[in-house]
Amino acid sequence: MAASVHRIEVRYTRDPRLKTRTDRIRTLGFPIEELHLADVYTISTDARDFTQKELQQIGSQLMNPVVQECSVDEPTRIPFDHALEVGFLPGVTDNVGATARQTLEDFFSMKFGDGDSVYSSQLYFICGKLSEEDLIRLASTLANPLVNRVHRKTRQEYGTRGMDVIVPEVRLHELPVAEKVDLDIDDLELSRIGKEGISDPLSGQRRGPLALDLAQLHAIRDYFTKKGRKPTDIELEALAQTWSEHCKHTIFASAMDDDVPDGLYRTYIQAATNRIRKEKGEQDICVTVFTDNSGAIIFDDQYLVTHKVETHNSPSALDPFGGALTGIVGVNRDTIGFGLGAKPAINVYGFCVGDPDSDPALFRLKDRQNPVLSPRRILDGVIRGVGAGGNCSGIPTPQGFVYFDNRYSGKPLVFAGTVGIMPREHEGRKLFEKRAQAGDLIVMVGGRVGKDGIHGATFSSEALDPASPVTAVQIGDPITQKKFSDVIVKEARDPGFYRSITDNGAGGISCSVAEMAKECNGCRVTLDSVPLKYPGMAPWEIWISESQERMTLAVPPEHIAPLLELMQRREVEATVIGEFTDSGRCVVEYHGNVVMDIELAFLHDGLPKKHLKTIYTKKTFPEPAIPCPERLDSTLIAMLRRRNLCSKEFISIQYDHAVQGGHVLGPVQGKGRVQADSSLTKVVPGSKKGVGLSQGMFPSYSEIDPYLMAGAGIDTAIRGLVAIGIPLDSIAILDNFCWCSSDEPERLGQLKLAARGCYDTATAFGTPFISGKDSMYNDFSGFGADNNPMKISVPPTLLISSIGIHEDVAKAVSMDAKVDGDLVYVIGETAEELGGSEYFSHLGFTGNTVPGLDTAAMKERYGRMTEAIRHELVASAFPVTHGGLLIAIAKVAIAGRLGMDITIPAGMRPDHYLFSESLGRFVVTVGADNKRAFERALGKNAHLLGRVRGTSLRITQETTVLDLPVGELEAAYKAPFLRY
Amino acid sequence: MTSKHPGRKQTPAQERTSAPEPIPEKALIMSGFGINSEMETKVVLARAGMGADIVHINDLIDGRFDLLDYRLLVFPGGFSYGDDTGAGNAYANRVRNNLWRDVEEFLTGDNLVLGICNGFQILANLGLVPAFDRQYKRDIALMPNRKGVLECRFVTLKPTADNLWTRGIEQLYCPVAHGEGNFFCSRDTLDRIRREKMIAFTYCREDLSSARGEYPWNPNGSLEDIAGITSSDGKVLGLMPHPERAMEFTSLYNWPLLREQMKRVGKPIPSGSMNMQLFQNIVAFFR
Repeated sequence: MAASVHRIEVRYTRDPRLKTRTDRIRTLGFPIEELHLADVYTISTDARDFTQKELQQIGSQLMNPVVQECSVDEPTRIPFDHALEVGFLPGVTDNVGATARQTLEDFFSMKFGDGDSVYSSQLYFICGKLSEEDLIRLASTLANPLVNRVHRKTRQEYGTRGMDVIVPEVRLHELPVAEKVDLDIDDLELSRIGKEGISDPLSGQRRGPLALDLAQLHAIRDYFTKKGRKPTDIELEALAQTWSEHCKHTIFASAMDDDVPDGLYRTYIQAATNRIRKEKGEQDICVTVFTDNSGAIIFDDQYLVTHKVETHNSPSALDPFGGALTGIVGVNRDTIGFGLGAKPAINVYGFCVGDPDSDPALFRLKDRQNPVLSPRRILDGVIRGVGAGGNCSGIPTPQGFVYFDNRYSGKPLVFAGTVGIMPREHEGRKLFEKRAQAGDLIVMVGGRVGKDGIHGATFSSEALDPASPVTAVQIGDPITQKKFSDVIVKEARDPGFYRSITDNGAGGISCSVAEMAKECNGCRVTLDSVPLKYPGMAPWEIWISESQERMTLAVPPEHIAPLLELMQRREVEATVIGEFTDSGRCVVEYHGNVVMDIELAFLHDGLPKKHLKTIYTKKTFPEPAIPCPERLDSTLIAMLRRRNLCSKEFISIQYDHAVQGGHVLGPVQGKGRVQADSSLTKVVPGSKKGVGLSQGMFPSYSEIDPYLMAGAGIDTAIRGLVAIGIPLDSIAILDNFCWCSSDEPERLGQLKLAARGCYDTATAFGTPFISGKDSMYNDFSGFGADNNPMKISVPPTLLISSIGIHEDVAKAVSMDAKVDGDLVYVIGETAEELGGSEYFSHLGFTGNTVPGLDTAAMKERYGRMTEAIRHELVASAFPVTHGGLLIAIAKVAIAGRLGMDITIPAGMRPDHYLFSESLGRFVVTVGADNKRAFERALGKNAHLLGRVRGTSLRITQETTVLDLPVGELEAAYKAPFLRY
Repeated sequence: MTSKHPGRKQTPAQERTSAPEPIPEKALIMSGFGINSEMETKVVLARAGMGADIVHINDLIDGRFDLLDYRLLVFPGGFSYGDDTGAGNAYANRVRNNLWRDVEEFLTGDNLVLGICNGFQILANLGLVPAFDRQYKRDIALMPNRKGVLECRFVTLKPTADNLWTRGIEQLYCPVAHGEGNFFCSRDTLDRIRREKMIAFTYCREDLSSARGEYPWNPNGSLEDIAGITSSDGKVLGLMPHPERAMEFTSLYNWPLLREQMKRVGKPIPSGSMNMQLFQNIVAFFR
């Protein structure tokens, strides 16, 4: 404990959030009267003590006296029944504490040393009679045991002394040396090392999964036998990181059956892009595909744009806020780490979670131990996490989605993506190319290294099981990242201070340095130079730690002085930790000893090849035998209230989508504020061009037909952009496969079909894949409330994200109906395709007929749509997706707060016609004056349905099918999440 | 809730036909530690005819730049220090603990200071607004929004005083994007800022009638719908919404509808927006 410790409590004298906060906790079922809050700063210093007067000055720097008051070394005095303090566990990133420390350092012109720190915590004062059980439940609502500590007192215990002073200092006693590991053991013991980790010589405890299988461990053993020595723990850990499914994507890389000898990635994803680029020739839009941290396409003569979408599923299951936050700031680094550094310009998100009203009561261990967080807590946390990342970094977040299915209750999916912008050249230097050279210094930039995030890469390669390590969770610090992002992209890049750059994500520096070492064929690192958050870390931990907010640069020696000086001026920590070589080896030293020495060839390519076998059996599901209701009024209301179709605007508006000033088409549109499927953002001031983003994802089709599921995703992602006026030939796509049980041949059989669907659809449309990522084990294995073993697997999920360049944003088209009297069309053909549809799900069925794909007809149609929009013939356009034509029509009407008179063709059951999810369709409104020109432009694709008129939506077939005021539709569409 | 403008002949967006002659006076736009709107602020000033340097606060502290070389000081939007210890507070502390003498001298000159969003929060914590009798102490607070979360949406603002900042403005229509914009002050302070006509802009409905504190027109619960105030001497403006983020016609929330309506009656489609006027007023002050 430090020499002096003081505690300052700050609280609002008039708290504007009191009511919202109290209401929120009450809706979660806690019988509280009021919930007050104080911010606590615990100042712990060795260097000097502070006088009472100084502490008062500190207090006044940490609050605004107009509305707040503080108490120094004295308890806050307000009436309450229970006090509950939530702080961080030792070693967890504490951003508020760090900011308070900087303020103190400035004010007293001093520097805090190793023994000095400020810790933040939050103190809740609860008024109300709560049972012990309630209080425990409330604590678990306000805090996450993986990152938080909770301290609780009753009014009596609080007394006149208040809460205890707690200093969450990290104290480590581990012997920081590299240990030799004996692999000459029987296979049973060997697989235990793979599954549970190396046994710690001091504690005897396993260090956590390496996720290496027996074949891989044999390959490692053979390598070191040939060398005539035993591997060190750091060598084994490094190989485990580099060979992890997370980093090497073995399932996509391995040979499959007899017909895919080169693996799914090369055969279906990369080959699609290669073929498209070749066919497009001069018209090729790709700049960099697959090889860098993001993919890149041409924006205009001067600029390129990058895109990358990542998943952060396992960490988000354990700590939704921290997991989602590190997900989004992590993918921002894939932008900063693209080429020589692109500027993050747009963030996107996607969440797949269980029903937020359900409480599935799942446990990772027997006897109700280690509970899985409820879908509601996961949803709340991931929403806040992505928001904090984007908002704090000043990156707009105009695009995203939430998808609900109870198969995501065991493990949620969290997608996070970032678009970047970068000049293609600077003074003749291509900024999208990079190459470290032997002799360049290895510089680590950004945050310090701690035990957080150890085994992140290997852990996400395993299904979530009871032994998931708690250190796998990190909390991001967007401001630390914002500082180095600014200095790298805006100041250090253009002068050419570094030759190569990559981000530290999974596997930390073990992966980033080894990856860059490929560019020059070698590296040598001195671990003693790596700045640590606290002493006492073992070398293997330093090497693989996934502490956030770090980049690795290759800096020519002649530029090291100006680079370090610049970083110092921007208060960004930058440290030389070694140099790149051409030795063909990755060498790591610690305390003067070589603790790792592995040939790069083995490190990167020594992974034994696998040959995967797949099986596919077509499943059939019962078809609903339910007659069509006479009227569809109540059906439409019920459909609009379905979670996957209704408004989640409360998320869109929590995310700043206007920062950087490029807002053109945002996440909600029209007077009625409906969530759109695509967004449009300007990324270069003064340019007429903009970046359009959309996505498509149909997990409900996967079990019926994975091939068409993939096609539906691609078509929908593309169509979202065509609807706002982006031509097909400027669109590129990204794939994110989130599969389950990928060791089962049946699941691999579905995967193979989906990948083939990707190839066929992408090549038919001519839209290249530029980047992708896969996450193969999204399964939960544990127990139900009564100790019954449970396994919950996500449905095979493929997210297709699209990016396209709009030539002139002033001609872009939004989704809302605009003028009374305009004509309403459906563009494209409607068939009876309701398998996996929202309507069948509403009826309690799955069905079998998922939408088919006539890509040739669609491609022709999309070309015509683009021409019609270019000639300004279209007043609004909206793609028909989940929920079918009627949902699309209703959304267009709600967005415009205008009614419609619609007549649908005879022949098909009205409910089937209106809720079929046939692909390739748009709902379009057109000014009456443009009727002829529009119909000529669209040809036989255009089917006139009726007119924008009045304030009600009326649908007629032979008789009236539906007649509802648009206001009622709007209310239903917005009802489900109104109180979020 | 249709957008009507009874009795007004107003073009919601105004065309700026040619680039104005730039003025020699320059603006200093603060950056660093999580400020993030410096680029769009520089662009909007350039369009209005004023050049600007974006300067990292550490470079001011180190003396690489001199505040007194500039005539306009801008604290742009952002998330300085991640809003830790209260939005704008930590950055204000950094200014006060390192740059205060320069700032005081700057304020005595015939210069202007603009703070938008996080910048307004910094001004409030520095006491640059309301600064009664040139006393730079904290008299107002921008508290957490009533709903407790950051909210990003377009709002309509009307000027409630005639001063150098508001001249010629009928309304602004631009986004808010903040978690702490809930204006509050004591009764005495409110009386005085009212009396001295320091309330520059208030949140209002689309028809420019009062928001009466109601959500979503008043997005955060601000007292008296206050969105922005000036200093007692009128040289400093703090504003929560972001006019600099909606400087083009196509950045307005409702532009696709407006375009369609204008097209149908044969009106030309503008390129700029009404929000430019605020920045043109700044340039006019120096011109």
